[in-house]
Amino acid sequence: MKGIGDTMEVKNLATRIFRPIIPEAEGRNMVIAGLIIVIVILLMAILADLIAPYNPTKLAGRPLSPPSLENPMGTDNLGRDILSRVIHGSRIVLVVVFSAAIVSMSIGVPIGLISGYFGGKLDRAISMIMDSMYAFPSLILAIAIAAVLGPSVVNAVVAISVVYVPTYFRMVRGQTLSLKSRLFVEAARAAGAGNTRIMSRYIFPNLVTTAIVVFSLSIADAILTEAGLSFLGFIVTAPTPDWGFDLSSGRPYLPSGYWWMITFPGFMVMLLALGFALIGEGLSEVYAPGRER
Amino acid sequence: MASLKAYIATRALLVIPTVIILLTLVFFILRILPGDPIASMVGQKVPPEVLERLREEAGLNKPIFVQYFEYLFNILHGDFGRSMIWGKRPVIAEIMDRFPATLELTIFGFILSVLIGVFTGSIAAFKRNSKLDASMRIYSIIAYSLFIPWFGMVLQMIFGVYLKILPIAGRIAPGVEPERITTLYVLDSILTLNFDALSSSLIHLFLPSLTLGIVLSGAYTRLVRNNLIDVLSQDYITAYKARGVKDRKIALHAMKNAFIPVITLMGLQFAILLAGAVLTETTFSWPGMGTFLLERIQYRDYNSVQGAIVFYALFVALISLVVDIIYALIDPRVRY
Repeated sequence: MKGIGDTMEVKNLATRIFRPIIPEAEGRNMVIAGLIIVIVILLMAILADLIAPYNPTKLAGRPLSPPSLENPMGTDNLGRDILSRVIHGSRIVLVVVFSAAIVSMSIGVPIGLISGYFGGKLDRAISMIMDSMYAFPSLILAIAIAAVLGPSVVNAVVAISVVYVPTYFRMVRGQTLSLKSRLFVEAARAAGAGNTRIMSRYIFPNLVTTAIVVFSLSIADAILTEAGLSFLGFIVTAPTPDWGFDLSSGRPYLPSGYWWMITFPGFMVMLLALGFALIGEGLSEVYAPGRER
Repeated sequence: MASLKAYIATRALLVIPTVIILLTLVFFILRILPGDPIASMVGQKVPPEVLERLREEAGLNKPIFVQYFEYLFNILHGDFGRSMIWGKRPVIAEIMDRFPATLELTIFGFILSVLIGVFTGSIAAFKRNSKLDASMRIYSIIAYSLFIPWFGMVLQMIFGVYLKILPIAGRIAPGVEPERITTLYVLDSILTLNFDALSSSLIHLFLPSLTLGIVLSGAYTRLVRNNLIDVLSQDYITAYKARGVKDRKIALHAMKNAFIPVITLMGLQFAILLAGAVLTETTFSWPGMGTFLLERIQYRDYNSVQGAIVFYALFVALISLVVDIIYALIDPRVRY
């Protein structure tokens, strides 16, 4: 019976992955809401030059003027249009977070697969290193790396990639451990499949669903880390627009009541993180129906 | 009981490799990553002699292996080196000046996050599948996605700038600091019965710890809800109901059992709490470890930066040990 269940599961997974429509299930609305948020922000980043009403780094009105028809989100202390800065500010965070996710996945996934599949002393050693890194507060680790490398976008990618390698490693290793003893893997082995083939053809495809969930959730987390690094001045310098950085430039004006300088950039950080969190949470429900986690 | 002792001893021994791995990781980041830490911290426009002198001061001119073993040896002896600016005080003394502020903030943030999380999670579980349940679920995802500096500033704006009822910066009003015993202001004020200091430190703590507390509460909301629903559907709860035990009493029993997995989460959340504290401290000009680390990065005080990061690493290892021991004490299944 178990064998039949397993093959069905493989088939279901395949149809789920290759059919781009999200299956009807609890959590679907969350995925859709998240996708809408993310797609709108992605479009905003791509079309920034077309849709931003002003140049984000040039004077566009009287400094510190409140939201009005000319400047829907007001202007900052240097008279720049905040709406235009918010639109352009989506670019760096998206580039940093996606590049970092690709880097940490391409390190974490293969190591996790190999480590979990072969087990033994090497696995224990790698797991211990990864667990220690995982236990370390992620933002502080990223700050340490960014401080040594110096502030720049590329260095931020390096710092954030390092931080999220253990996340992917742990997920893939855990899944591999439970998958490698399943019947369909045993069957493949009995049929003469080698280790490489089992890993790439039998285990890896079954990781993909979990990987997508972990990817969305870790992207949400990475957005907050990027914004944190940027807020602390480790990514961009003036006058480049970036949400976290813009929030920190609004901070000195807060006690005087210039609320618009901080409200909008920080809200965007939350919205983008929320978009990915919704996708991740929703997908984990869609793919694991009935399991309330 | 013997197995408990054995478990604790094994767990304590396991701290040693964890600490060495963490220290090696820090060493690797600070010394071996491409780029000269001193040069990138000082900037490019410094004459080579000065760079050389700074490198010598930080012990960076020796072979890398010698550096590594010296570093491990010194740290394991509690020697974090001396600060490279101002009074050149021992780094550990500087850290001890700042650490209590972070500890106080994280303790209050932690307490608030658990209270809010347990409260919202139990509401969701007891009113399962209602509108209230759905809104708690949305709350937990939004809380998780909040950007700490932004949320902190929004609270500052509402309570500090418009309503003017809470301070937006600092740990205590100047001049009312309590006598130093533990340097945890709240505890010291209680110990010395200094109520001015107590109220001042509490109102300064309120917004920063609320910021941290809300952001971290989302994970508890979910966990408490799901555990409570599991527990509530078990046979012994049905048995209680059949015997006519009051709802309130049943809820109490269920909560006790639903709380065990929450303790594991507390351990995991600790790292997030410390990272969140860095941002909270910056937002609220809180004189803790996070602001210390950032200040010293700015002043290019390499020894202090290394000391602060090492200190974080040691602290994380200690906390994970404590959490595991507490867990073993509460849940006998863990000790095997």
